[in-house]
This record gives sequence, C-alpha cells and structure tokens, in this order.
Amino acid sequence: MSQLLQIENLHAEVAGKEILKGLDLVVNAGEVHAIMGPNGAGKSTLSKVLAGAEDYVVTAGTIRYQGRDLAELSAEQRAAHGIFMGFQYPVEIPGVSNMMFLKAALNAQRKERGEPELDAGDFLAWVRHRVKQMKMDPAMLSRGVNQGFSGGEKKRNEILQMLVLEPRLMVLDETDSGLDIDALKIVADGINAMRSPERATILVTHYQRLLDHVQPDAVHVLAAGRIVKSGGPDLARELEEKGYGWLQQAA
Amino acid sequence: MDSDLMAANPSDIPVPAEGIEALVQNRKYAAGFVTDIESERIAPGLNEDVVRLISAKKQEPEWLLEFRLKAFRRWQSMREPHWAHVEHPRIDFQAITYWSAPKSMANQPKSLDEVDPKLLETYKKLGIPLKEQEILAGVQNVAVDVVFDSVSVATTFKQKLAEAGVIFCPISEAVREHPELVKKYLGSVVPFGDNYYAALNSAVFSDGSFVFVPKGVRCPMELSTYFRINERNTGQFERTLIICEDDAQVSYLEGCTAPQRDENQLHAAVVELVALDRAEIKYSTVQNWYPGDENGVGGIYNFVTKRGDCRGRASKISWTQVETGSAITWKYPSCILRGDDSVGEFYSVALTHHRQQADTGTKMIHVGRNTRSTIVSKGISAGRGQQAYRGLVRVLEKAEGARNHTRCDSLLIGDQCGAHTFPYTEVRNPTAIVEHEATTSKIADDQLFYCRARGIGEEDAVSMIVNGFCKDVFKELPMEFAVEAQKLLQVSLEGAVG
Repeated sequence: MSQLLQIENLHAEVAGKEILKGLDLVVNAGEVHAIMGPNGAGKSTLSKVLAGAEDYVVTAGTIRYQGRDLAELSAEQRAAHGIFMGFQYPVEIPGVSNMMFLKAALNAQRKERGEPELDAGDFLAWVRHRVKQMKMDPAMLSRGVNQGFSGGEKKRNEILQMLVLEPRLMVLDETDSGLDIDALKIVADGINAMRSPERATILVTHYQRLLDHVQPDAVHVLAAGRIVKSGGPDLARELEEKGYGWLQQAA
Repeated sequence: MDSDLMAANPSDIPVPAEGIEALVQNRKYAAGFVTDIESERIAPGLNEDVVRLISAKKQEPEWLLEFRLKAFRRWQSMREPHWAHVEHPRIDFQAITYWSAPKSMANQPKSLDEVDPKLLETYKKLGIPLKEQEILAGVQNVAVDVVFDSVSVATTFKQKLAEAGVIFCPISEAVREHPELVKKYLGSVVPFGDNYYAALNSAVFSDGSFVFVPKGVRCPMELSTYFRINERNTGQFERTLIICEDDAQVSYLEGCTAPQRDENQLHAAVVELVALDRAEIKYSTVQNWYPGDENGVGGIYNFVTKRGDCRGRASKISWTQVETGSAITWKYPSCILRGDDSVGEFYSVALTHHRQQADTGTKMIHVGRNTRSTIVSKGISAGRGQQAYRGLVRVLEKAEGARNHTRCDSLLIGDQCGAHTFPYTEVRNPTAIVEHEATTSKIADDQLFYCRARGIGEEDAVSMIVNGFCKDVFKELPMEFAVEAQKLLQVSLEGAVG
C-alpha cells in the first residue's frame, strides 16, 4: 500500500502558541484514520495545517503528501492536488450561490491541474446527481453558500462539496458534530461512497458514533499536541467507555 | 422641491456672437491639445462673456441664454458646499476650460464612416468599438449616442426610434428641433439654482442626451450613452433630460470611462427625469472614470445632480448605479414622488479603493399618497478608500400611507479604509412606515480561507465575495451591464488583498 501522507515530528503554532508538539502520522492510500482526543489537544490545528491556513505556522517537522513537501503548496494548490478539508464551522458567503461557488471551485482546481473546465451544462449534470446522493433539496444550489443553513445542513453541504470535488485526501474536522441520526447516516454514506484504494480519509471526531457508520482502519488519540496512542477500531470503543483521562496521564 | 421652475421668459439680450469670439481670440489660448484631434476650445475661465459665447457657439435661442445667465448669476452668489465627507484641494473654477468641441463637428457625420478615424481609434482603446457595437447593438437592440468631450458626434438607430415616436438625440439638437419640449421640462426637476454644481452646470452645460417617449409608447430598445472625458482640464458639464409621457416606458444606460490623467478633472452633470401618469423610467449607470493612482494623484471629481420627478399618478423611477471610478464622487440620485401611488427606487454599489472618496446616496421625497420607495445601498471600501452613504427619506404631510424601506450595507477590505452612514429621516405623516436596516462587515479571513481551501485563489475569492455582497443591486441592472459591472469590480479591486 502506498503512503499518501507522512507527517514527521510536526510542530505548529497559532498566535505564537505551540499547539502541535511533535506529531507523527502515516496514512496509506485506501485507509480511513480516526483522530480522537480531548478538547484543545490540537485536532483542529492539524486539520488547518494540512489545509494550508496561513495563521497556523509550522515551526518544525515535515508533511509529505504524495511524496511532496506540502510546505511548497498554497491552500488553493493543496485543494487542486486533492486535499479536502471539511470544516467544523463552515463559513457563510452571502449572495454567492452554492452552484456558483462549487463551479468556481471545481473549475479553479481543474485549471490548476491543467484539465479543461466544465461548462455550465456538464457541471449541472455533475452536481445534480450528487445533490440527490446527499438527499438535499436541489433548490439549495441557488441559495447563498451556507447562508441561513442549519448546522446539519452546513455539514451535509461540506460532504456535497467533497463529492463534487472528488479529492484524494479528505480531512473531516468534526463533521459529525451537530448532526441528528438521519443526517449522520447520510453524511456517513457520503464518506463511504468516497472510499477507494486511491483515496484516504482522516476523520477528526470526539465520538464513537460516526465510527459506527464509517469503519476506520486505524484510530489515534491526539493529546497535548502528539499522537499518544494508536490502535484499531476497538480503541475507539475503549475511549468511549474510559474517556481520555488515562491516556493524558500516560502522555 | 417646490423651488423655482426655470424662468423661460425670452430675454432681449442680443447674442453678439462674432463680437465675443473676437474678444476671446485676443486671449491666450491654452497650449497643446491632448489628442491629435483638433479641438476648438476657448481660454480657461468663467464669466458672463463665456456663458454668452457657449450659447452663441451653440446657436441657442434667447430663452436658453437667459436660463444660462440666470444660473450663472445665481452660481456667483453661491458657495461651494463643504458638508460632504470628502476632502480635496480647492477647485479653481477660473482654471477650467468651459467649451471645447472636436472640430470635425463642423460637418456633422452622417454615418460612422464619416466619423473622425482618430475618434474611433480612441473608442477602440477604451474597448468600445463603435462599429462592432453598432452591429451588436442592432442585434441587442441598443442604441448608442456617443458623447465625446462636450459634443455628441455620432448618433445611431435614430430611425428605428423615430418610427416609434421616440426622440433620442443630443440635447443641443433637441433645443433646435424640439424647443417647446426642452423649454417646458429643462430645469423643471433640478432648478437652475438648486445647488452650487447644478447652477454651474445650468450656466455652462455643453451637451448631453435628450429622450422623449410619447404617450403610451414603450421604447423599443434600451438607450445607452458612453461618456468620455478627453480634454485636459476641460470640465464636463453634461445635461441629460428624459421625459416619459403617460404610460410610456424607457430604460436608459449610461457608462463612463476615462484615460489616465495626472490632473483632477471636474465633472458636474445634471440629469433630470420626468415621469407622467403610469410612466416608468429606469436609469442605470456604470461609472468608471479615472480614480487617481494609489497615492491619490489625479482622478475625476464627480459632482453630479441626478433627480427624477414622478410627476404623474402611479409613475415609477428607478435608479441603479455602479460607481467604481472617480477620485471623488458626490452624487445623490433622487426621486420626488409627487403623483399618488408613485414608486421610487435606488440601487447602488459604490466602491472606493486606494485614496478614492465617495459620498453618495439618495433622496426620496414622498409627496403623494401611497407612494413607495426602496433604497438598497452597498458600499465597498478597500485600501484607504473612504465612503459615506447619505440618504434622506422625507414624508410630507399629505403623503398618506407612504412606505420606505432602506437597506444600507458596507463591506470593508483591509484596515485602513472607512465606511460611514448618514441616514436622514423626516416623517410628517403618522400613517407612513419607514424602515432602515444597516450593516457593516469585513471580508473575513475565514471566508477567504474557506474559498482557498476549495481551490479558489485569493483575488478570485475576494471578487466572488464582493459580487455576492452586491447581488441585490446587480440583479437590477440590464444583463450586459451586470456582466460589465462584475468585471469592473474585479478590476477595481486588484491588489486589494494580499
């Protein structure tokens, strides 16, 4: 199995405060990794660093993606090269329709990759069937990006974007939070639909319940800026029972 | 709004045309022309002789000379207004040239083939290929009346309009061909002494468009005029007059560009709209005059008076403006809702970048019963741009059931720009409902990151966010203008972030 992502001794800070303190992680193509851990452990920081947020500064260590140093790529280039971050708090962009946003994103990525841009008709066909897959109302395509969406709708919209953009590495930051059972099922189906031997997924989550629907290959516990324990799906269940306290002490 | 209508009494003052020309010729002419087009221009400065000369050059009737002179005298007694939230060096009105005309006007071109090729070349540089536009316009039903400097040099599609009974021509031509109409309506919405710049315009206005849509006629095409300022130091004083008789309708588009200049150029236009019973006038502007450079050098001073009079019952006047250019914009397109059930609308996008300043908004004067007005203003400030929304909603005693809704949003890009809102509301009828909503927001870093994380580059992201912000206004623009407006914003915001 080929390594898609290798993180070595990653240190990162935000606003001068070190959050990640020597994180190591290897994700192979075809795998789903769950990253769990207490609040403030650095889970969201890891997502932001991978996506290329500029206010998160890597101070030491390396991230290699498809064998390439990720530091060379801007946020938009990372997106074009297949890194997708599902936001914990998706942003509203009033007046910009979902349709327009998705088309701009897809075509910007295709252009960056040297592929022809999709015209309006092809794009519509591309999007429509994915909207259906996410059991969303097609009318939401003409609404502003996340404008007036409920928490659950926003998360579902993130997964729709993921389906449309067809990324290679998906980093989903607490995509399960704020979802009711039905929505969780739909989101999980979306994530599962994207599983393939070429792709990998990192699920950042607090809870076991998403992992009931999306079976992970590996589970990691992130505490105080480092991976303190790794294991199989059983680890997630163990955490659900025991909490993180015992691991934090170990760290 | 019940100020003096223009006095149309013909005066006995003779027009000694040759005499004044001789007088002027004794003065030193400004040296050097800006383009190779030979221009006929008089020396800078303004006095009664110059006003008379302009009128004589244009072979105007005495009543119009009298109108100009009254305005000039009023202007002399007035003071330059300083209440707007803008700063600029004192304007030396005696350093401005008040008359210039391309010489080729002496023989009016009968078709574009006869138009000075240099002129056509200039338009090409501006991206307005007139020939193509004529062809395109034939398809798109757009008639173009081009104002180059002070005088209109090409008018197209007059035939088709004439068949419908619509008059669309330079106002100087209207003075000759339809004096009774001009005399009846000129200055009836914006009186000659209305304000400092309107008075100046009334005294020295050069040319502009005249539109008359007779009873029951729906103008068969959208009317469009491109303005351009070419002459160095030549203030432009357009005068536009649009009249829709009972049940008539027209949509008028105005777009402007100007080439780079180091000197500030004054522009003081007056636009008057008159809508009679059930008439509808839609007036759209995309304004992109030279805004000055990053340090605020150069750029146009745009001091405009635009006002529409919903004179008839259930008439409607709608202003839509996209203001991205000019160093200073001072502009308040307004509606006087005189007729019962009349409707006034104002949709505005104003963008200030670098050192641009804009003080813009509208006035809605509710006079008649059940009059309604809507104001949607979107202000975008970037760089060191400063922007003020200034809007007046006045409901008079008899305006039973009047309604206004105002929405005023500001978007800031960066931390050195400013946005200010000055809403004025005066309600003298207790049944009126007046609502005002205002927001100020910044393009947030998290919005930009969200777009970038989806693969959209920073400049495209800003442009997308800004266009989304302006959507409520752009949807009021005619289609081709909406596209142009979006491009304009994108170009105007280049370098605003990063």
